[in-house]
Amino acid sequence: MGIKTFPGGIHPHDYKEFSKDAKIEEMIIPQKVVIHLSQHIGAPAKPIVKVGDLVLAGQKIAEPGGFVSIPMHSSISGKVTKIDKYPHPNGSEQMGIEITSDGKDEWVELVDEKDYMNLSNDEIKKRIQEAGVCGMGGAGFPTHVKLSPPKENPIDTVILNGVECEPFLTADYRLMLEEADKIINGLQIIMKVVNAKNGYIGIELNKPDAIKLMKDKVKSLPNIEVVSLKMKYPQGAEKQLIYATTKRKVPNKGGLPMHVGVVVQNVASAASIYEAVRFKKPLIERIISVTGSIVKNPKNLKSRIGTMYSDLLDSCDGVTEDIGKAISGGPMMGFAISTLDTPMTKGSSGLLLFDKKMARVDEEHTCLRCGRCVDVCPLNLVPSFIANGVKYNDWDLAEKAGVMDCMKCGSCVYVCPAHIKLVQWIDIGKNVVGAKIRARKK
Amino acid sequence: MNNKYIVSAAPHLHEKISVSSVMWQVVAALLPALFASVYFFGIQALLLTLYSVTAAVATEALIQKLRKVEITVSDGSAVVTGILLAFNINAGSPWWLPVVGSVFAIAIGKQVFGGLGNNPLNPALLGRAFLMASWPTLMTHWSINNQHSINGLNANIAAGSQKAMSLISSATPLGVEKALRDSNFVNSLTDNIHASHQIADGIFNQFSSWGAISNVFFGNVGGCLGEVSAAALLLGAAWLAYKHIIEWRIPVSYIGTVYVLIYIFGGNNGLFSASLLLPVFHIFAGGIILGAFFMATDMVTSPVTKKGRIIFGIGLGILTVTIRLVGGYPEGVSYSILLMNIVVPLIDRATMPKAFGEAKA
Repeated sequence: MGIKTFPGGIHPHDYKEFSKDAKIEEMIIPQKVVIHLSQHIGAPAKPIVKVGDLVLAGQKIAEPGGFVSIPMHSSISGKVTKIDKYPHPNGSEQMGIEITSDGKDEWVELVDEKDYMNLSNDEIKKRIQEAGVCGMGGAGFPTHVKLSPPKENPIDTVILNGVECEPFLTADYRLMLEEADKIINGLQIIMKVVNAKNGYIGIELNKPDAIKLMKDKVKSLPNIEVVSLKMKYPQGAEKQLIYATTKRKVPNKGGLPMHVGVVVQNVASAASIYEAVRFKKPLIERIISVTGSIVKNPKNLKSRIGTMYSDLLDSCDGVTEDIGKAISGGPMMGFAISTLDTPMTKGSSGLLLFDKKMARVDEEHTCLRCGRCVDVCPLNLVPSFIANGVKYNDWDLAEKAGVMDCMKCGSCVYVCPAHIKLVQWIDIGKNVVGAKIRARKK
Repeated sequence: MNNKYIVSAAPHLHEKISVSSVMWQVVAALLPALFASVYFFGIQALLLTLYSVTAAVATEALIQKLRKVEITVSDGSAVVTGILLAFNINAGSPWWLPVVGSVFAIAIGKQVFGGLGNNPLNPALLGRAFLMASWPTLMTHWSINNQHSINGLNANIAAGSQKAMSLISSATPLGVEKALRDSNFVNSLTDNIHASHQIADGIFNQFSSWGAISNVFFGNVGGCLGEVSAAALLLGAAWLAYKHIIEWRIPVSYIGTVYVLIYIFGGNNGLFSASLLLPVFHIFAGGIILGAFFMATDMVTSPVTKKGRIIFGIGLGILTVTIRLVGGYPEGVSYSILLMNIVVPLIDRATMPKAFGEAKA
């Protein structure tokens, strides 16, 4: 049997060398943090504190704005000093709560429920929801929603995503090496809650030590298997990971993993789930890689949610030359941000800094019709036709070529010799074609 | 640290590839065949190629200047067209033949449509078609490397008539093969009709011998500049495939189709009477290797979809074999490609792939 993977995809250099050997380091408590109200998919959280209130680390400061939403907690102890718009890692400006530290780092009281596996499923989900856990791989889907699939979609498989296929990032890798038990405990909790009999942990072959460690740890657990995956981007995309591990195909046009009986969680989310269930510890810290060739001391920092990127960079002793581009997340799907005065969120897996040369944006050439984008598209779309459809207002062509199915992994742009910004064109197409489809349905 | 950061949409990483790197790599991949051509035909081959490339580049620059657009000759695409055009003429051509061909290829084949990426037909092949229509004699007069072609083909047919020999000495291997399918020609070999057929069969069988195949493979035959050595062409093609600049679907489906069809229809005595080696001879003699790996795979004029590329290749195979066995030309590659170029948009639209996870209809 060959090594497991998915069709299509690309093989960029993984650039993990900068930070992969840097042990997780506790970031010093920053002077201030900004807790964004929108760190997830769904309705923004609603503040329940006002300026001047004193808060503890782990204290709830915003309530969920609906079922598909999560609460927010202060990540440090101190005073609420402002509720205003702040730069968001996705490049926009969003409402956030600024908290100035009192330097004491006083926490709300946590528990230690050793018998947590015997809690009722409802209690477990409640604790996860109360802790504000959402997907920590990027999209940030509220975890309690994912763990409550409707009855008609029974789940038999839980897959933990330890792929970390984005180049540069090493946060999940370090977590697997240093906090493997938390991850496995989290997986067992998820499997119990959704009543799944199979658990998989998918890890790419560029992390052999993580694979070995995880395999050792699950040896005595008959239902859990560590799956070694070929190194290929975007293996960590949900549909691709599900296919690589189980050969199941999530339907397109809005199909979800639950439609093929699968729940996927990121390894960091699993660890947070464990902490939420056993200790009632809210999600107020995570590991983030601060990396790139110009970062003086690239690190994997365990830092509080809301810490400014500028503070993170200071902890790594700054940069060796001028920054050309600052990216929140990985280089393939992360967002270029205009300022480092941006607070990290629950989904911030990395802060990546490029020098001027790597930041260069090439001019678009006419499409050569080479078809390289077609060869690498993991969703079997025709990216060049989508882009052409959008450019020339041929919306039918864009739709037929698959504009709505695109997950914007960027593989097509990576290989395009004409340097066409396919994902950007596709983004425009998604808006227009999406509106047309909605109008048709009416 | 007050410098401004570049903000652009993801992804922020890019493979080290560009339009010009692709084109210059194609140029590099064509060099082994150019060396082979100089080896077999002499310095004239190099000169003709230089005339052709110079004309192509100059025409592109001039027209872009007239169009008041950016002059992009440094991207190498006109160089590729120039080399490919030269590869499609024979070494005895006058200097102006490739020049006229290249000017036509770039001006009418490419720039009229808006330049690289917009041309529906392969410019070099359009240039060749223009030359074929305008100077058919020059384009099919094989005056150089005759001795090679005789040596390559008739080592064991000393008994063949003088007429057959004289034909061989002024044609390409495929030309001879074609002639032997023509009963008038065969009957004219000697007065004794039975004997003439035996001679023809004797020569014909030579095309299925390893000696003939080895000669067409390494280039020991008459023909166009670039067609002469299949080995040199394959060397360059392997490089392009390794660099993901060409992909297997078009060449494999094209050559596969030719093999099957020649095997079925190519024999002298009805269906399936061909030797298994005859298709191999057909593949390595003439322009199939050059066409399949360097011209059918021209990015701009071949289908984008994976299924489309296979249909394109099969269509090329059918057309080439039809022209060779039934039509009036011993060759057929360039017209096949041009004809298939025309239907590429149709093929693309008809073969839009199903998205990952799409229900099977």
